[in-house]
Amino acid sequence: MCGIAGIIHRDGPGDIGSEMTRMLQSMKHRGPDSSGFALYGPADDELLVMRIKLADPNEVRDYGWADRLERHRNEIEARLAKLGAVIDAVRGDQEYSFRVRFRYTGELKPLADYVEDVPGCEVLSLGHSLEIVKDLSDAQSVADRYGLGGFTGTHAIGHVRMATESDVDISGAHPYWAYPFSDIAVVHNGQLTNYHMWRRRLERIGHRFQSECDSEIIAVYLAQKMDDGLSLETAMKQSLDELDGVFTYLVVTSDALGMAKDEMAAKPLVLYDSPELVALASEEVAIRAVIGHEIDTCDPYERQVLVWNR
Amino acid sequence: MKISYDARGLAEPDAQAPEVAKIEGEGSERRAVFDAAELSTRQINSELRRLIYAEEISEVTVLNPGAKHSIAVGILARCRIIIEGSLGYFGCGLIDGPEIRITGRVGWSAAENMMSGVVVIDKNAGSLAGAALRGGDLVVRGDVGARTGIDQKGGTIIVGGNAGMMTGFMLQRGRQIICGDVGGGLGDSMYDGAIYVGGKVASLGVDCVEAELTADDHEFLSRKLKIYGMERDASFRKFVCGQKLWNYDNLEPAERKLVL
Repeated sequence: MCGIAGIIHRDGPGDIGSEMTRMLQSMKHRGPDSSGFALYGPADDELLVMRIKLADPNEVRDYGWADRLERHRNEIEARLAKLGAVIDAVRGDQEYSFRVRFRYTGELKPLADYVEDVPGCEVLSLGHSLEIVKDLSDAQSVADRYGLGGFTGTHAIGHVRMATESDVDISGAHPYWAYPFSDIAVVHNGQLTNYHMWRRRLERIGHRFQSECDSEIIAVYLAQKMDDGLSLETAMKQSLDELDGVFTYLVVTSDALGMAKDEMAAKPLVLYDSPELVALASEEVAIRAVIGHEIDTCDPYERQVLVWNR
Repeated sequence: MKISYDARGLAEPDAQAPEVAKIEGEGSERRAVFDAAELSTRQINSELRRLIYAEEISEVTVLNPGAKHSIAVGILARCRIIIEGSLGYFGCGLIDGPEIRITGRVGWSAAENMMSGVVVIDKNAGSLAGAALRGGDLVVRGDVGARTGIDQKGGTIIVGGNAGMMTGFMLQRGRQIICGDVGGGLGDSMYDGAIYVGGKVASLGVDCVEAELTADDHEFLSRKLKIYGMERDASFRKFVCGQKLWNYDNLEPAERKLVL
């Protein structure tokens, strides 16, 4: 089933951490396996933020588990320094994941590849303002664990997952970062039936996929098109014909939030659109969780693509 | 802020009617009103049942439903319910008898499986409005999503605005009046019944054909739209089953036995 949600403030930043938590928690019944957030904080052109997973929380923890993760984290910091990144701040929310902010102006792919070369490591997000936080259990627990309340920013997407296509672990949790393109992320509700074809195509261009989850390709697919010169909206419109299956997905870039629905309109989405704020979710209860007053909402139709800028 | 609300209403199987409604008037004129903002799905439905069945109140107003799912389902009595606000999924499903007015919007599968009664929605509705409808009138003054009246077996669905794709998918009996435009695949695989469309038709589904409007059709359209105070567009078109897929055995199983 899965539940997706998106919010974009068009009149300046808000507490998107708490808002997205409330939206996702009100849809907990749509997917209790894992919860994920893609949050856009204030951007700094010189600083990059990387969220990294060192191991999966549900893997068997042997005697040397904690020490090994500590070594891997030090190894990652050393590798970043070796590539010329100047580390500005490091924060570990969990022993198996951490956030590092650094100054770096080079290519992102060699950097991310070098970091992921450390055993068990996965780069969850990399960008000037994008931060992806995802973990097992419901949205409120994840937000508490990672201290997301009070996270100020302009836009965010989130996902509660009921695993159908791949394992219950962080690698299978949404949102997906469009590795290695900075500041692009996707959440998806549905199943893609031409996943393997697109995965092979994108792998031939040199992209890497960390999970077996079909949703992972949407982010890279869109980012690759935008890198080829298409606008976000055009790339999304092409996806309606090139991706098979049922899908409603939300995509975020550094300054925009977009939605697309497949030609069967098989997966739900409710839209609240106002000049100050746009909120979308699989169920209206999620929108009501952040807007107190009475509102008008609608269901976008099949093959509809909409993009809002912050 | 922790949210303890469970949209499925499964978290509290022992929930009791909260008895928070204010009741006014005397005898058959008694009216009740209650605020649903702080109540769970179970509590709202229990309160509705208490008022309608035990107290035998004929008009109940529900304030602040907050787009919760499965509100006012399975009400089997003649009564009037006014919902001031919006409902989530499966609103007013499985009802037999009530007249329900919703001033806001409804999510997917509104009034699904209604046996009889009237449901009027002032704004938009999601997909699958009136799914498997058996009788009564479902009126949506705004737009509806996809697959309106899927598997409808009776009754009438009236839409003031536009409808999405596959409207009237597998329609078996009953009628639909869509005043605005409809999406692709109208009446796909419909068995019987009729769909009247006032606006543009994107495309017809498998085995759906246009038919001529008869005097009875004009009378039906005028009468139904007048009841709900809606404008009658002169240019309605009628769509029915082309009967190309009617490959059924002409004999009933019992008759076939006799032949053999």
